[in-house]
Amino acid sequence: MIKSRTRRRLLIAAGLVGGAFVVGGYFFYRPRDRLRLPEGLASPKGASWLTAWLRIDAGGGVTVAVPRQEMGQGVTTALPMLVAEELDCDPASLRFEQAPVDPVYANATLMADGVPFRPDDHSWLARLARVSQYKVGELLGVQATGGSTSVRDAWEVMRRAGAAARAMLVGAAAARWGVAPGECRTELGTVRFGDRSLRYAELVAEAARQPIPGDPALKNPAQYRVIGSALPRLDVPAKTDGSAQFGIDVRVPGLRYAALAQCPVFGGSLKRADADKAKAMPGVQAVIELEATSTSAAAVAVVADRWWRAKDALKALQIEWHDGPNAKLDSAAQRKLYADLLDGDEARTYESVGNAPLELAAAKQVVQARYEVPYLAHATMEPINCTALVKDGYCDIWVGSQSPTLVKWLAAGPAGVQRDRVRVHTPFLGGGFGRRAEMDVVVQAAAIARQVMWAPVQLIWSREEDIQHDVYRPMAMASFRCALDAQGGIRAWHNRVVGQSCTGDFTARLQPAAASDLMKDKTTAEGAFDLPYAMPHRLVEHVLVHQPVPVGFWRSVGHSYNAFFVEAFLDEVAHAARRDPYEFRRALLAQAPRHLRVLDAAAQKAGWGSSLPPRTGRGIALAESFHSIVAQVAEVEVGADNALRVKRVVCAIDCGRAVNPGIVERQMESGIVFGLSAALYGEITLKGGRVEQSNFPDYDVVRMAACPAIETHIVESGWAHLGGVGEPGTPPVAPAVANAVFAATGQRLRKLPLRLA
Amino acid sequence: MPKLNVNGAERDVGLEESAPLLWALREDLGLTGTKFGCGVAACGACTVLVDGKPTRTCVTPLAAVAGKTIHTIEGASARAPWPAVHEAWIAEQVPQCGYCQSGMVMAAIALLERNPAPSDADIDSAITNICRCGTYPRIRKAIHRAAEALAKGPR
Repeated sequence: MIKSRTRRRLLIAAGLVGGAFVVGGYFFYRPRDRLRLPEGLASPKGASWLTAWLRIDAGGGVTVAVPRQEMGQGVTTALPMLVAEELDCDPASLRFEQAPVDPVYANATLMADGVPFRPDDHSWLARLARVSQYKVGELLGVQATGGSTSVRDAWEVMRRAGAAARAMLVGAAAARWGVAPGECRTELGTVRFGDRSLRYAELVAEAARQPIPGDPALKNPAQYRVIGSALPRLDVPAKTDGSAQFGIDVRVPGLRYAALAQCPVFGGSLKRADADKAKAMPGVQAVIELEATSTSAAAVAVVADRWWRAKDALKALQIEWHDGPNAKLDSAAQRKLYADLLDGDEARTYESVGNAPLELAAAKQVVQARYEVPYLAHATMEPINCTALVKDGYCDIWVGSQSPTLVKWLAAGPAGVQRDRVRVHTPFLGGGFGRRAEMDVVVQAAAIARQVMWAPVQLIWSREEDIQHDVYRPMAMASFRCALDAQGGIRAWHNRVVGQSCTGDFTARLQPAAASDLMKDKTTAEGAFDLPYAMPHRLVEHVLVHQPVPVGFWRSVGHSYNAFFVEAFLDEVAHAARRDPYEFRRALLAQAPRHLRVLDAAAQKAGWGSSLPPRTGRGIALAESFHSIVAQVAEVEVGADNALRVKRVVCAIDCGRAVNPGIVERQMESGIVFGLSAALYGEITLKGGRVEQSNFPDYDVVRMAACPAIETHIVESGWAHLGGVGEPGTPPVAPAVANAVFAATGQRLRKLPLRLA
Repeated sequence: MPKLNVNGAERDVGLEESAPLLWALREDLGLTGTKFGCGVAACGACTVLVDGKPTRTCVTPLAAVAGKTIHTIEGASARAPWPAVHEAWIAEQVPQCGYCQSGMVMAAIALLERNPAPSDADIDSAITNICRCGTYPRIRKAIHRAAEALAKGPR
């Protein structure tokens, strides 16, 4: 214990020294001006960019450069709304483009969120760590979409951009009229002075010559007209009539298609493939062997004039693989290892308050239980794909990616060109959920394109390749011990979790030299070490384990399993204390008013306590993630055949304030259905080093008939508490359903997916 | 080499009879609105109407559609329920990532053509497509909304 605490302090100290250098460096280099115009922004005729973030077109349209990728979460609407508010333009004039790759569009919030401190920790240490990481993010300049950070990261800069552009337009009008800018006002895309007026489109050329003001005045939130409205999404029409372009829809002249087979055993390699037979098949143009890299598995690809021909030809290759060192890996052995590690001596402390071990040893009654979840695939609807062209020393990449900056960095090597000669084109993502933060398909497509010089190649993974070569949500196991106090509250809490590190694995894939176990990965224990409940003695630990199965970010990451563990176990503790699970949580949240309000809202709207038909139960769960607080009540009916039917989910969220309440509501629905698929069906298992599942028939997800009615209620707590919405809907649903199953049947399910005996 | 009747036009793609319809649409006819999702007819992303019936094209060889009328999302406006479905989809703000929506819209059009007033149970059994963004509650509302609009007749 003492040893690990000392080590923790050393690590923090080391981090701070690093941070101090970065902060020093930041002031030395001067802050990046996040409004400056990046090079190479294209302008149609008569249009001009006012800052990096918006352009006013000749017809009066306002085109916003959206720095995050649209994967369903609504960023191409929510972020333009921030600009429109301060620009004072008609929301009907809004258009969007995905921003090009440039450090000005970096996501620094994502880095700052990664530090292993509780979100409510505002100590100088936590603040310094966050500021340092934020600056690292700015210096690295990585555009990344994830961690439910898009609105939070854009909140300052994109409102500021709108305000700066407005000031430039006013300045241009004032100069033309020879009046003081302060005497002009704006109104829905028009500058006015007395009875004179000029539309923004008439002023844009002159406005573009005005200096960009560094610190334009921002509106008082009470004046908001666009922010806070349920503006319809700008991308919905194109996504209804089939015209929306995803990565897989990219069509460039001379396009060829590639299909591939990857070594089914993790870490294996190619033994032999019969290229001649495949090459003799119609349309086949090349067979390309791809060696394993830190980023991608060993594979053989076929390039043909049609994708289905390339895929057919894979069979003719009659590939043989070297299984490598992991041929014996299977789920049963992993479960045994994890269970042993739960009982072992090695663990990293994520939170230690009071003396939980001592209190538990002295307690008369200790509630204890073990929980577990399996690996999960992402199964984005759009199969993994990437289009690449290597020509004239340049590499063009078309890919739906959560990080176009990483695409630029990672494609250069395999394409054999300089980084600054990689051009990244970013269409819509047909689902991301963390999967499209990975660079495997980019590296493969670039390597293939390098060999098929002069012709663009679209590499598409089959669904089977996707399910069997994902980076998985980690399998995890947890143990809990809890002692109650005399009043029926919690006196001591000890929670230990075993699993792999997503951040560690991700780093090892992208930059093996930078991978290290020294830094604690916050994601492994998030949702376990940062609980809002009153627990005077608590110890939360994580045991890091390395496995050959690649793991990665999966919608809500560590929260996706820790919320299930914590909230289902808390239900057990409530029952052990002979308390209603909702009232029990209420008592533990006396010092957490925001959490309490959200919990109350969900319980009241769900009719908590009212009677239900037989074999039907209600379960409640609460989880804070990505700076938002979400509570859900699930109503579950258990059929005569023990089938679970989730009839209704009532959801309450406090994300501070909603920039677009319509989008928040739909993200809650989305997160709930995603989490429900994992709660009811999701399971990736291993045998002989291979994933046993391969496609939707054996990796099923919620469909219409299994989808509950969902109600969302937004609890407002102010703009100062802005939180994310893409992920926070997911964590509470599995425990809410598990707790409802207990209420309906008296059976406590401690393993996902939920199956009644 | 079969000719295809797609969205009201005769098209000669010059492919063998065993070629899958999905890829002929996407790669030879440039109709990329119809999506590849699973390749085993399990997810419905590739749904088009063949003589008005919702059909999963990833497992449908060209031979199976010879002489039949095909409508993809690009030609959906030729089907009577389209304006109501299109409007309802926008009013309910259904799509998120949007990838599965062409298949969903085509399945919904097929449902409304044969059952102008579907119940929730009818929707459950007709819409078996997968959406990973979880737009199901919105799709259900949009289908009901479209059915109501259709019942009121053309405006």
